Amino acid sequence: MDSLVKAKIKNIVGNDSYFDSDEDRLCYSYDGTPLYHQLPDAVIFPKDDDQISQIVKLANSAGFNIVPRGAGTGLSGGSIPVENSIALVMTRWNHILEVDRNNLTAWVEPGVVTGILQKEVEKFGLFYPPDPGSLNVCTIGGNVANNAGGLRGLKYGVTKNYVMGIEMVLPNGDLLKTGGKNYKDVAGYNLRDFIVGSEGTLGIITKILLKIIPKPARTITMTAYFNKLVNSAQTVSDIIAAQITPSMMEFLDNTTINCIEDYTKIGLPRNAEAMLLIEVDGKGSAVDEDAAIVQSIFRKNNASNVRITSIESEGLILKTARRSAFSALARRSPTTILEDATVPRSELSVMMEKVTEAARKFDVVIGNFGHAGDGNLHPTCLTDERDIKEIDKAHRAFEFIFNQAIKLGGTITGEHGTGLAKKQFLESVAGIPGIEMMKKIKTSIDENNVINPGKIFSISPRCEGSLPHRQEQIKDFH
Amino acid sequence: MQEFKPRKTLLGVLPDDDVLSQCIHCGMCLATCPTYDLTKLERSSPRGRIQLIKAVARGEMDLSKIFAEEMNFCLDCQACETACPAGVKYGLMVEAARVEVDNSDHISPVAKAIKKFALKVVVGSKRNLKIFSRLLYFYQNWGLKKILHTTGIINIFGKNLAEIDNLAPKVSRKFSDSFLPEHYQPKSETKYKTALLTGCLMNVMFADVNKDTHELLQKIGCKIYTPKDQVCCGSLHAHNGDFETAHKLAKQLIDVFSREEYDYLISNSAGCGAFMKEYAHIFKNDTQYAEHAKNLSSKVKDITEFLSEENPELIYKSVEQTATYHDACHLAHTQKIVNQPREVLNRVPGLKMIPLEESTWCCGSAGTYNIIQHETSMKILNRKMENIRNTGASTVITGNPGCIRQIEYGAERFNVRAEVVHPATLLNRIVKWKET
Ligand SMILES: Cc1cc2nc3c(=O)[nH]c(=O)nc-3n(C[C@H](O)[C@H](O)[C@H](O)COP(=O)(O)OP(=O)(O)OC[C@H]3O[C@@H](n4cnc5c(N)ncnc54)[C@H](O)[C@@H]3O)c2cc1C
Ligand code: SF4
Ligand code: SF4
Repeated sequence: MDSLVKAKIKNIVGNDSYFDSDEDRLCYSYDGTPLYHQLPDAVIFPKDDDQISQIVKLANSAGFNIVPRGAGTGLSGGSIPVENSIALVMTRWNHILEVDRNNLTAWVEPGVVTGILQKEVEKFGLFYPPDPGSLNVCTIGGNVANNAGGLRGLKYGVTKNYVMGIEMVLPNGDLLKTGGKNYKDVAGYNLRDFIVGSEGTLGIITKILLKIIPKPARTITMTAYFNKLVNSAQTVSDIIAAQITPSMMEFLDNTTINCIEDYTKIGLPRNAEAMLLIEVDGKGSAVDEDAAIVQSIFRKNNASNVRITSIESEGLILKTARRSAFSALARRSPTTILEDATVPRSELSVMMEKVTEAARKFDVVIGNFGHAGDGNLHPTCLTDERDIKEIDKAHRAFEFIFNQAIKLGGTITGEHGTGLAKKQFLESVAGIPGIEMMKKIKTSIDENNVINPGKIFSISPRCEGSLPHRQEQIKDFH
Repeated sequence: MQEFKPRKTLLGVLPDDDVLSQCIHCGMCLATCPTYDLTKLERSSPRGRIQLIKAVARGEMDLSKIFAEEMNFCLDCQACETACPAGVKYGLMVEAARVEVDNSDHISPVAKAIKKFALKVVVGSKRNLKIFSRLLYFYQNWGLKKILHTTGIINIFGKNLAEIDNLAPKVSRKFSDSFLPEHYQPKSETKYKTALLTGCLMNVMFADVNKDTHELLQKIGCKIYTPKDQVCCGSLHAHNGDFETAHKLAKQLIDVFSREEYDYLISNSAGCGAFMKEYAHIFKNDTQYAEHAKNLSSKVKDITEFLSEENPELIYKSVEQTATYHDACHLAHTQKIVNQPREVLNRVPGLKMIPLEESTWCCGSAGTYNIIQHETSMKILNRKMENIRNTGASTVITGNPGCIRQIEYGAERFNVRAEVVHPATLLNRIVKWKET
């Protein structure tokens, strides 16, 4: 990017919001995704819609790319810079603008941290359910862009179920406002839902209206351990068959249990093959009845060490431990490649077996955990990016897992998004007509392909990065 | 990007490349970092700093002014280590990076000279420390300080110096080694055999906390060994990257404390306790010291840790008081001592403990940070004081001398009415002598 363009950008956002030192560029060259990184040419923190609009217009006329970024916890490379790009960071947009207790909605800026919003609305006895594992760090903007899920997805759904309105600067610089406080609204295409999950490729979200709900009166948290994987999977199926919808039903395998125990030291049994963390919530005695049924299902499936608590702080310790799973696995090895394959719930136990098979077949260590209740597993390969052979094996194991998931009617990503990391597999789930339609939409909205190009799919043959498969490619990345 | 020479020295201080590779850049540590919270810039976050250190160590980036600034902007509070599920040893990395910065030309020669003088000449020698403290005592108490401040003469040296002068802990009238007996033997039955670390700065600036700790141990029925010739534990030097002096002092301290038999080596300073627990690791390959170091480290207990684990019988005076507890970083994050002090304080009847929001968030004291990065430190302190104000407690309890002084100063500056005490001081006030 030439210095004249940089000067113009700086002029728009101001000296205090423009950074292009080697140090700053390095610090915005990654997100939470392993193996990918690329330096942006500059990093900016725009202050208002108007500045964003000016930057977008400049990008079109001067020919550079814009990569929107929240907290950079993404796991598919959505906010990793591309060639000739600036990182547009929204973390300073961190104000909760309004909590409307009559309509049960909240207007927020996209940089608000998910966990902070939750604490804030809880002060009013309200509840914002979507809770990705990264909730203490990730932003609502990033959640909306990725349609993030979380531990409570089973009963409460994911981010898309809570987005009522969006304001977004479009790739031509115009400000789009869509949705609002109306519970019902069928005026025209449903643009709002379409933007949710678009991974920052359609514009820069600047304001979000969220739905909030009353906080459940009571929550009971239960943990159980199993000596056999199949027993844990059977427990999940039995609970669903008993027509109970826990607010949370999380699965952890032995490797994950041990890594979490190393970190938290809360006394998880290290020998157990599997652990389930289940929460039921609601009003009055119905919660106890659900909990009792869950416990009888535990017994039937030979669960051991069953623990039950209705004390919020105790439940929180268990949930926090679960949320650390992905990062805790890095205690075993410095590179943790985590996947996000999702299958229909009835196929969960088959999928679990396939993961074990992949580990054996390709001789890799895989820690497995995930949102068992919604069929969304996170098999995580414990490897070392400094060892090319290991990485290659990991990729082959995942290719196997993806193919198996698709065969079972599943998908390659349940909540982390396609980004860079999964784009080569998109066709196998979306199909050619699906991808073609996506591309047409993208090109009609973003004519010059300047907003987060090369994510999800590639429009032009430009190389914005693909899965670094071979040795040479990996070298290129360093 | 341009290639630079890998920093052998930086890599050399770190055990191996694995330490550098451990971080998976997941960002889970960002929420706990006070400096990231201030700037919202990745380079002032643990994750960003690790990437920078990695790049400089591997020779992918030059050691620049920005790098130097960021390493010194970090509080080394280690909140990020507590938050990191992957077990990344951030403290090790940043301390190694600071050595590199100190050896570069990105630190002013004057600052370097002051640092060297303070650490090597003053704190490095027990005799010198006492002489300087004596001088400081005269300055603080014989009217000179007052004259300089009331006349405004001190401002000639810059407003900052005046502030810093106010921040400095008051030198104790009597140093604790002058009145604590080397050997104390309880008159009745010996319940525990202990030794007491009186520290270097603790000895001259917080002699009363040492006195309170000693008395409290007496009340419990402890035999107490308090060697007169104990030296600084070396933590100040290690945190500032002077490992040579740190290790020299550590060995001296190990010698001194290996002369007698005891089961617990009690520390009342979070930083010293943390560092002495590391001796075992530091000297694990030292043929002469490995065994002694391991032995000593295993006996080190923070006073609150000791009280919580042993739960000795204590008789309390009746009190009615509200208090709140601030976690010193070197207790909470380095030694992972969080529940023990609370347990001990909760046992006191009539002492109403009010939880402090963000209690494990650094107070901004951080060694000499409140002097060198004065403005930032005050922003962080302000946040701490607001949280303290919200508790409405009349007493703030915290287990580290640096935090005590910083919060005392904060109470004055931000007008929060609360007394700041060490847990040993508070307990000594309300624990009765046993009738004999
Ligand atoms: C330990 C850990 C646990 C996790 N657990 C979960 C989980 O349980 N469920 C889950 O779904 N995800 C999880 N994630 C993934 C990640 O946290 C989510 O995808 C999250 O939504 C990303 O938010 P962010 O603020 O970090 O966004 P970023 O990573 O910065 O960006 C994500 C995407 O959003 C776009 N974007 C960000 N802000 C805007 C904006 N204002 N306008 C337009 N586009 C924007 C970016 O371009 C990018 O494509 C986890 C990650 C980690 C590290
Ligand atoms: S230091 Fe730990 S928590 Fe922070 S980014 Fe690295 S691995 Fe994640
Ligand atoms: S030690 Fe403290 S200030 Fe430094 S990076 Fe970690 S959390 Fe931030």
